[in-house]
Amino acid sequence: MLEISRLSKRRPGDAERSLFRGLELRIAAGECVAVVGESGSGKSTLLNCLAGLEPVDDGELRLGGTTLTGLDDDAYARIRRERFGFVFQAFHILPHLTLAQNVALPLWLLQRPAAQAEREALAMLERVGLRDRAADWPAGLSGGEQQRVAIARALVHNPQLVLADEPTGNLDPARADDVLDLLLARIRDSGAAGILVTHSRRAAARCDRILRLSESGLLPADEG
Amino acid sequence: MSPVLPRIFLASLKRRRLASALSLLAIALGVALGLAVQLIHDAALGEFGRGIRQLAGGADLQVVGPRTGFDEQLYFQLAQRAEVAAASPVVEVDARMPGREGTLRILGIDVFRLAGIQPELMPSAEGNDTFATLRPDAVFLSAAARQELHESAGLMLQAGTTLQRLRVAGDIPGVAGQVLGVMDIAAAQERFGMLGRLTRIDLRLADGSNRAQATRALQPLLPAGVVLRPADAAAGEADLLSRAYRVNLTMLAAIALLTGGFLVFSSQFLSVVRRRREFAFLLALGMTRRSLMRGLLTEGAVLGLVGGAAGVGLAYGLAALAFRFVGADLGAGYFSGLRPALVFAPLASAAYLLLGVFAGVAGTWAPAAASLRIPVARGLHAGEGASEALVARARPGVAAGFLLAAFLLCQLPPWQGVPAGGYLAIACLLVTAVMLVPVASHGLTALLQPRRSPVLRLATARLAAAPGQAVVASAGVVASVALAVAMAIMVSSFRSSVDHWLDAVLPADLYVRASLGSGSGFLTPGDVARIAAVPGVASTDAVRADSVRLDAQRPAVTLIARAVHSGWGLPLVAGSLAYEGSGQPAWISEAVADLHQLSVGQPLELPLAGEPQRFMVAGIWRDYARQNGSVVIDRQCYIRLTGDERVNDLALRLAPAIEPGQVAAAIRERFDADTLEIAVPAKIRRITLAIFDRTFFITYLMEAVAVLIGLFGVATTFAALSTARRSEFGMLRHLGMTRADIARLLATEGAWTAGVGVVTGILAGLAVAWVLIEVVNRQSFHWSMDFHLPYLPVGAFGTGLVALAAAVAVLAGRRAMSHSAVRAVREDW
Repeated sequence: MLEISRLSKRRPGDAERSLFRGLELRIAAGECVAVVGESGSGKSTLLNCLAGLEPVDDGELRLGGTTLTGLDDDAYARIRRERFGFVFQAFHILPHLTLAQNVALPLWLLQRPAAQAEREALAMLERVGLRDRAADWPAGLSGGEQQRVAIARALVHNPQLVLADEPTGNLDPARADDVLDLLLARIRDSGAAGILVTHSRRAAARCDRILRLSESGLLPADEG
Repeated sequence: MSPVLPRIFLASLKRRRLASALSLLAIALGVALGLAVQLIHDAALGEFGRGIRQLAGGADLQVVGPRTGFDEQLYFQLAQRAEVAAASPVVEVDARMPGREGTLRILGIDVFRLAGIQPELMPSAEGNDTFATLRPDAVFLSAAARQELHESAGLMLQAGTTLQRLRVAGDIPGVAGQVLGVMDIAAAQERFGMLGRLTRIDLRLADGSNRAQATRALQPLLPAGVVLRPADAAAGEADLLSRAYRVNLTMLAAIALLTGGFLVFSSQFLSVVRRRREFAFLLALGMTRRSLMRGLLTEGAVLGLVGGAAGVGLAYGLAALAFRFVGADLGAGYFSGLRPALVFAPLASAAYLLLGVFAGVAGTWAPAAASLRIPVARGLHAGEGASEALVARARPGVAAGFLLAAFLLCQLPPWQGVPAGGYLAIACLLVTAVMLVPVASHGLTALLQPRRSPVLRLATARLAAAPGQAVVASAGVVASVALAVAMAIMVSSFRSSVDHWLDAVLPADLYVRASLGSGSGFLTPGDVARIAAVPGVASTDAVRADSVRLDAQRPAVTLIARAVHSGWGLPLVAGSLAYEGSGQPAWISEAVADLHQLSVGQPLELPLAGEPQRFMVAGIWRDYARQNGSVVIDRQCYIRLTGDERVNDLALRLAPAIEPGQVAAAIRERFDADTLEIAVPAKIRRITLAIFDRTFFITYLMEAVAVLIGLFGVATTFAALSTARRSEFGMLRHLGMTRADIARLLATEGAWTAGVGVVTGILAGLAVAWVLIEVVNRQSFHWSMDFHLPYLPVGAFGTGLVALAAAVAVLAGRRAMSHSAVRAVREDW
């Protein structure tokens, strides 16, 4: 599903030093890969590069057979809209939208008809166990509930790649396990590829593979 | 408060450079406009009062009558009274100067009586002519008159339609700033057709006699229409006459300052929302909530103080510019001929500086009070509650209370000639409008339910859920739009009413006059006959103007004697032209009806030729030309009662197909050069409307400033919100929105916010316009006007403002489109 070849990125403001160099990675549909590494090793930058939100210095990215490198800003935005899903550490649920509207947001961006968007959002909320709270505002939700909404939002439009940046960083261990189980199950069910950036060994251990990011590349964690 | 104040609070003002600078600018502009108006008018009134006191000299009382004067025998009668120590007779004439604009005030004085009462007016002759002051051709000019007229040798003045050549024989050393001339009283009476008549007698009272006693003793000796008043009463009349105009301009400045206060509110409110985590942290460290509030109020006070100080400096600059380019009366014509100097006014400056501080503190009050409610535990988490703070509750009950208060205030009579109730009602309406913004926002979002566009959906969803954002961003817009729309409606109604009024009062084909009604030019019956005999003139209608005093405590009103019939229109608002009752009919202007509480069918006593004459009020007419009021009576009746057959204005109807220009040329040939002013109605209309527009020019400028400040509000709100919402925009970029989409989202929110402000502002503006027209103008100037809504300009203004607000929102929120917004999704923890 996702193919990364020779991907390189220099450190911002220091052209001589690489953040990472010559990354190679292939992720199959339904597979979820955990990326771990030191703070500042470039894990989040790697996600931004994959999402086209930061330029890469060299290399090639292909998603579902489409070459992403070289696309302009607007074309990449369209690809993100259609094929990417995101889960953030801080949830980023919009407080002025109801839970159903928050989940429907990617469908709005895809200009789906309002009724269809609402139907699909409600179905997705059902799958994360929040169907009965669809009309609620996010203000009263717990951290775990907010992240469930975020997962529903990330998957509602059937993306090909889900990027999760410390999705359980704000949750206690019990809640983190629940949320992670849900996220991984939904990714596998939908046939998407998933990349999970985390500091948590416990979270990483639930993924299909664990890779460590360093200047020399992405290596299996036990080789790092 | 310890080092916390400069490091936490005042440093925040420095960090928010744009918002702080715009708030400072808004307060500075409001203070500057208000203080400048006050400085200009104080200087003008001060100079006017100085002039009056100088002319009155040591006089305790003045005897004044109609413009055409009263019998000089009164002087001899009064001079012999025990209450009077000295009396000085005066003939005052506004002498027309052929070929020049305006008139020259000539005082005919008795030099032998002058020294005891008005030594400042004593002329000083050039050369060795001991009797120069008694020469019938000698005139003495003040320094200001010499400078203005550039005359050192001779002067050509006009009396009736004849030319009077006078010799400049010296100057008046005691008079500096006023443009005037003095001459011997007998010569003035003879040359200006005032034989046997005086216009004023200045009295110095004997020791042991006071004003009240003397007035009681002397008033019964005076003929009807001649009154005794304190020597400085004219200054009070000028104050009263121009007060409404001055208060109007001051109120406009106050609304600009109020808009500035709203801007401080927007900026401080958003600052508090953004700094919730910082404040929660300070509270967690042990700072008390009271200290927090004090710190925030100090921020507001510093903004107000610096803005106020800048405004005071700016006010002096504006006043100096106004003196140089617009005049001491700001174009309204109340103090023409005065040359006041700008002086430092410490009290007014301090008061306006304090008003600036007040605007800063008042604008910060609500946000500071909101800081008291920050929940410490939740506030420590970023993003928590920031948007909740923008959920404003609509308070329709309180808004209805303010609306009711506005209605009740409109019913109050004026307070000392100032429509205080009307102005307070306007303030109540503005508060009502701002309080109803959440309702308007909700109503408009309910109307617009976009089904497809994600940008529109997001924008409407945000504004529906956070109407407080609309309140914060558009409070200034509401106030400034309401003001601008109300003024536009009022000015448009006024202008359109003046236009229709001119149609009614200018029915003839050509108008001829020897001077303004108050000037020394007039037409005799012989002159009228000569004009009527000019080929092409079908008929003439003569008008005589004088002044009469209906009440010793009020300024004189203008008496207009003319033919009254349907062919020569009088724009009536009550009564009729065809009077069929008993007695002599009079048609009074709205000002006379208001000021003297008269209505149709009531008797009216007019002092004519020293005798009280009884008239009946047959109608009330609209007169935009004379603020003190006017009374129209039939000219034949006037001639019968006074014997005065002189004419000030002559309206000519021409025979069919006759060119007015030919008739005008033929009339000029029959008179001395430049002794007549001849104009077609179109020219009079053009000049009148030009004066109208000049009077309102300052108003337009002040409106523009208020609207600009309102736009500052949109800019500061969106600049602050775009920073506060960086992570939201970053998330949206992740989800596939482009930079252009974010710009569109900001533009839509900006346009929507301004749209809510504009719609609410226009509705409030309609209500404020009604108060301005029916209460403020009515009580200030005593004239009515027809409501006229300039749809196109108001629509264009509102649309333009919405477009401008959209652009301003995008510009102010450009940080939301930057790369840092993408990274902001990770910065929240």
